[in-house]
Formats: sequence, C-alpha cells, structure tokens
Amino acid sequence: MKRRDFLKLSAALPLAGCATPGAAKARVVVIGGGYGGATAARYIHLWDPGIEVVLVEREEAFTSCPLSNLVLGGSRTMQEIRHSYDGLRRRGVQVVRDEATAVDAAKKTVRLARGAELRYDRLILSPAVDFLFSEIEGYGGILHAWKAGEQTMALRRQLEAMRDGGVYVLSIPLAPYRCPPGPYERACQVAHYFKRAKPRSKLVLLDANPDITSKGPLFKRAWEELYKGMIEYRANAKAVGVDAKSMTVRTDFDDVKGDVLNVVPPQRAADIALKAGLITHNDRWCDVDWRTLESKAVQGVHVLGDATLSASAMPKSGHMANAQAKVCAAAVIELLNGRAPNPNPVMSNTCYSFVSDKEVIHVASVHQYDARQHTILPVKGAGGVSAARSELEGAYAWSWARNIWADMLT
Amino acid sequence: MRFLLAALLAALPPWATAQGTAGRDLAASCAQCHGTQGRSVSTEVGALAGLPKEHIVSRMQAFKDGTRPATVMHQLAKGYSDTQIDLIAGYFAAQRR
Repeated sequence: MKRRDFLKLSAALPLAGCATPGAAKARVVVIGGGYGGATAARYIHLWDPGIEVVLVEREEAFTSCPLSNLVLGGSRTMQEIRHSYDGLRRRGVQVVRDEATAVDAAKKTVRLARGAELRYDRLILSPAVDFLFSEIEGYGGILHAWKAGEQTMALRRQLEAMRDGGVYVLSIPLAPYRCPPGPYERACQVAHYFKRAKPRSKLVLLDANPDITSKGPLFKRAWEELYKGMIEYRANAKAVGVDAKSMTVRTDFDDVKGDVLNVVPPQRAADIALKAGLITHNDRWCDVDWRTLESKAVQGVHVLGDATLSASAMPKSGHMANAQAKVCAAAVIELLNGRAPNPNPVMSNTCYSFVSDKEVIHVASVHQYDARQHTILPVKGAGGVSAARSELEGAYAWSWARNIWADMLT
Repeated sequence: MRFLLAALLAALPPWATAQGTAGRDLAASCAQCHGTQGRSVSTEVGALAGLPKEHIVSRMQAFKDGTRPATVMHQLAKGYSDTQIDLIAGYFAAQRR
C-alpha cells in the first residue's frame, strides 16, 4: 500500500487503538460484509485484537437475505432486516465503503473502485454470487430479488400492483444456487399474501430441478394444507428464455405467461472471485481447503460462503457462511502468528424457512473435517428436518436472526 | 512493546493460548442461536455462558440419546463426540454471564 493511500484511508476512517503507520501489525482485508465476511472480521478482532481488520463493503448497511421473503410477502418490513455496520466500527474494525475491483496476490494488494490500494497479509473474500444472465435468453427488465435490497422492494411493488386473479411466475435454476429452500419459502410467502389480499391469484413455480431441493415433504404439505390450489409446481422446468414485453417465461417445453415474472438466473462466485483467479470448478465455484478456507488456486487468499465449491451436503446458506467464517478466522489468526491451524474443524448449519407469516420448518446438519478424505463431511445420523411446521420454530427463527446478526455485527 | 505483550497475555483467558482454542472453536458453532460466547440476545433461546459444565454435558447427552425432546437440538447434538461436548461445555462454563 502506498503511503499516500494509507494516509487517505487514515483520514477517512478512525484507525483502531494506537496503530501507527509503519508499525508491524498484521493486516487482514475482508471483502464483502455479508454473513461470511462480517463474521470473519468480527471474530478475527474478537479472538486476536492485535490484528488490524479492514472490511470492504459496497453497501452502506447490511441487508439479510434470510427473512427477506417475508418482506416480499408483506408480513415484515425492510427496516427489520437491515442493520448498520456501526457495531463493527465501534469494535475497531475499519469498515470501508467501496468495491474491490482487483486483487494482486503476488504484491498482496487489493485495488478499490475509488482508487485506493490496500495492502494485506491475508485476504478473505466473501463476495457471494453474481448471475449468469446470458444463460436465459432475453433476460432484461425482470427481477430476481435473489440479493435482498432494492429488488426485494421493487418486486413487492409489482406484487401489490398485480390484479386479483393474476399469475406470479417464479423460476429457479438448477442446484447449486444460493439458499436451497429459499424459492419454496418464497412461494409460501407470495401465496400467503394472495390468500389475504388477492385470493383468486396463483403462483407457478418453474423448477429446473427434478424435485424440491430442500425440505420437500414439509413444503409440499404446507402448500397442500395452507395454500390449496394456489401453487402450481412444475419440476424439470428450466427457464431458457424470457420476454418482458409479452410477459413470458420460456422453458424447453412450453411458454408460461404471467402478470409478475420473478426469474432467478443460475449463479457463480461473484465477479471479483473470477477476476482474482479463484474460480476452480465449472467456471463457477471456488475450491478451498476446509481447514482454513484458503483458496486452492491462490495462496494467501481465503474464500467464504456462497462463492465456495460446496462440500458434500453443505448448503449455500447464511448460517453456513457464518460457520465457515469462524473456521477461517481461527486459521488466519494461527497462520499469522506462525502456528498450525486447527486440523479438525467442525461446522454446523440450521436453516429456518417460513411457510406462513408465523409457522416455520428447519433443516439442520453438522459437518466434521475428515483427514483421510481431505474434506469436510456431514456427520451420519446427525441433522435432519422438523417433525412438522410450528409457531415455536417461528419464534426460534427470529431468535436465530437476532443472535446471528449480533454475532456478526456487534 | 514486549512488556505490553506480556501483560496482555497474562490478562487473556486460558482458551486464548495457542493450544487451548479447541473448546473456543467448537463453541463458536453454537453462537448463531445461543449468542456470541454463549451470551444470547433473545429470550426464546437461552444463554450458555456461565452455566455449570456438568449441566451442559448432561443436557447435550440427553439430547443425543433422545431422552430430552427438542425441535432441533436432538439432531445437532448427535453431530458432536463426547470429547467435543466436554470441550464445548468447559468453554461455556468459563465464560462470564
């Protein structure tokens, strides 16, 4: 990092504690302030306050994808799922509002859109996904709302403007995509809104997959018992084209017309991961060493969350990204202090899905590192799904949200 | 600087030493629901910080063998070995409430 840039950054942001330019303090740069990145920044600071942590995030505030389907359905507001980064700032994490545009792994620097260059000793990327729009012909003027924020609100407005008796078309790509149960929860939330406000309306779910990818029997039961006749599920229905003018989604078999089109394109690790040369598999995902989350392609760079090549039965979820971030934080601290990282990391996952405004179902798993197979594997006999949907788990889901948000942001 | 470092190390809890992070690392996988270092910010899901070690171990074993009903803990507890449960319980017992 050039001294000029360092001073610029110092002037713009309060530096932690008694840090002085030139002091030999290890610095970790984290790109992306979501469930993975914010947790990594928070935990490195918590577990080793001697390390300088800089978090680069392009948005002013954190918006949670988990629970954002409730905002779409209208039972919750955007304010309830948006949180400031001030808690991290108060802890001494430097939060820089900017976008990383390039990584130089040889020089160990990150270039930011506004021109600054950040030096790092270890880099952590938690960039989430970007969309492969070109795989759906004619994609344009259509919302995916698969990153919570502006698109969630825009889709909500379309839903509110739709006539009673209208058709909402939701299209889902082949797995792996971020948040496996997300589409089916979204179908529930849209149907919940229809039931209350537009009872003659219908949702058509075009699923590129051969069946529901997560909590299938529980979702099907909720659709049957809570939204009978309102959700039409079509398996093996991959969207190959879309036309915003005639409001049509084209699959290999037929054209489906709708009043609201919500087409979620296939995904890959976000652009910065591509630019940094971190993508290793199918031009889409970044393979990592699960003991450290260090990239298998680029030394000194760690990748977290949805951008990773998922290990066996590991979902692309916020909870999982948080768990990965803690394994990564612990490993980065050991490596920067010249010690060996934990050889047997453990991660767990619990994903709650709302099937109405109050009733919830979950899927859970525990993953332990397997030294012989050099990967992390789900523990056989552990994990599972809810026995039935319940309001008790609805309360637990909100409790989960409050605790995980506090865990990563305060 | 060296003096400051020595003072800092002396002030650190035992799990913060190089070899003593196993319990801390395992317990971090409970924080998403039970709060950072076991200090839950909600009333629906209880805090674990400062609970007696034996209490946490026996509760986890009861989830594991199915004698205590749960929505999700019976599924999660089965993912941890007895040694790991012991480390997790030891970590939380050592945390201030």
